[in-house]
Amino acid sequence: MSGDVPKIRLRGLAKAFGEKKVLDGVDLDIRAGHGMVILGGSGSGKSVTIKCILGLIQPDAGTIEVDGRDILAMSRREREELNDRIGMLFQNGALFDSLPVWENVCFKLLAQKRITRAKARDKAAEVLAQVGLAASVGDLSPAELSGGMQKRVGLARAIAAQPDIIFFDEPTTGLDPIMGAVIDGLIVDVVKRLGATAVSITHDMASARRIGDDAAMLHKGKIVWRGPAASLGHTGNAMVDQFARGEREGPIQMELRR
Amino acid sequence: MGAVALFALQGLSHLVRPPFYGRLFLRHLVEIAYFSLPVVALTAIFTGMVLALQSYTGFARFNAEGAVANVVVLSITRELGPVIAALMVAGRIGAAFAAEIGTMRVTDQIDALTTLSTNPMKYLVTPRLLAGVVALPFLVVVADVLGVMGGWLIGTTKLGFASLSYLKATMDFLQTMDVVSGLVKASVFGFVITLMGCWCGYNSKGGAQGVGAATTAAVVSSSILILALDYVLTEMFFAR
Repeated sequence: MSGDVPKIRLRGLAKAFGEKKVLDGVDLDIRAGHGMVILGGSGSGKSVTIKCILGLIQPDAGTIEVDGRDILAMSRREREELNDRIGMLFQNGALFDSLPVWENVCFKLLAQKRITRAKARDKAAEVLAQVGLAASVGDLSPAELSGGMQKRVGLARAIAAQPDIIFFDEPTTGLDPIMGAVIDGLIVDVVKRLGATAVSITHDMASARRIGDDAAMLHKGKIVWRGPAASLGHTGNAMVDQFARGEREGPIQMELRR
Repeated sequence: MGAVALFALQGLSHLVRPPFYGRLFLRHLVEIAYFSLPVVALTAIFTGMVLALQSYTGFARFNAEGAVANVVVLSITRELGPVIAALMVAGRIGAAFAAEIGTMRVTDQIDALTTLSTNPMKYLVTPRLLAGVVALPFLVVVADVLGVMGGWLIGTTKLGFASLSYLKATMDFLQTMDVVSGLVKASVFGFVITLMGCWCGYNSKGGAQGVGAATTAAVVSSSILILALDYVLTEMFFAR
């Protein structure tokens, strides 16, 4: 793909749930092979944006292009082929309780019959090692894992099929700062190793600086700023700087429901 | 109702489109047929026993006690076997399916299936529907046999019937259609139970409360549908 064509391009993306407009014309370009972090307060539309890209939610208006192709106009088969190239780490891991860890990790490979069940255990051990987990973890059930281990297994599942786009939904939420830094380190490593494009949504500024090359801020359904992730906290944009520093006073006013 | 019908059609449409999840089908088959056996067996035995006692009481009032065996076998095979088994399975399996799929919904596991190139309907719903349709007739055969045995037990130990003559009366009046109509009912009930469990779980919202509400709705709706469809099917098989 040409370097000028962004890996993912959103134009005029809009979505409302009843009367509530969650996305109100989102425009965003995500560069191939780079990490994009989407910031924003709770309810700003971050999760809805990535769910639209993943095809989990149908937007009301706008276009979503991946490698220059409008994915909303794709046939079901084309969409399935695109999904084969995508990995996703969910906020709470979303591991399948009824399956052991090794089957969770190799779920996509098994579902697509790209691997036999006999070989899947070895493959799972190999991928678990990449996220710093012992092969023996593969025999445990997700309920037996700590929060940090669940995130690692979720990460292993997201990368097992070697995707070229990976989404991370609040990858450090619910983890202590050290475990958060460990997960961020793993994300940076695996994304670099795969040469993938990473799209993350987070509230965690330290995490955003660690895993992002670029950042964008979503507020009230619109992108209000984009720039280098390293500049977060001193961007010159009052809204972004208030959010990055976690300041109570500023242009963003918390709307409390009374 | 239209949405449930569409959901059912979607689930059934995957029966003929690969990939097929045989392992999941077998897992659900065991879950429904094997693990429901104790509860279905116990309820069937006691139902047969009660039926024998009550029908004897009624028939004794006009000196027709000899019809007890016939009434027990017809009531069990045509009506009580399928209905009692289905209601028990609705409580066990309808609730379990709704809770499991509902929890998957509220913890993003269903979305995760989509991102892992797996159709959630095909993976979660179709194998369960098929397992329900296959498992219920098996359970009803067991319920029929044990229900009749319950009647026989009471007939011979409390009501003074000779063992062989009770069994002969049972077999003499039993027709193939009595059993077949019960098995057809069982398949329909199996479909309804698994459909409502999957539907309520798949559409659950919120957290634990939403899953609880889905579970209740699955059991209540499938129980009502079982009784309503029992009438419709009985009407269809009436006098055959």
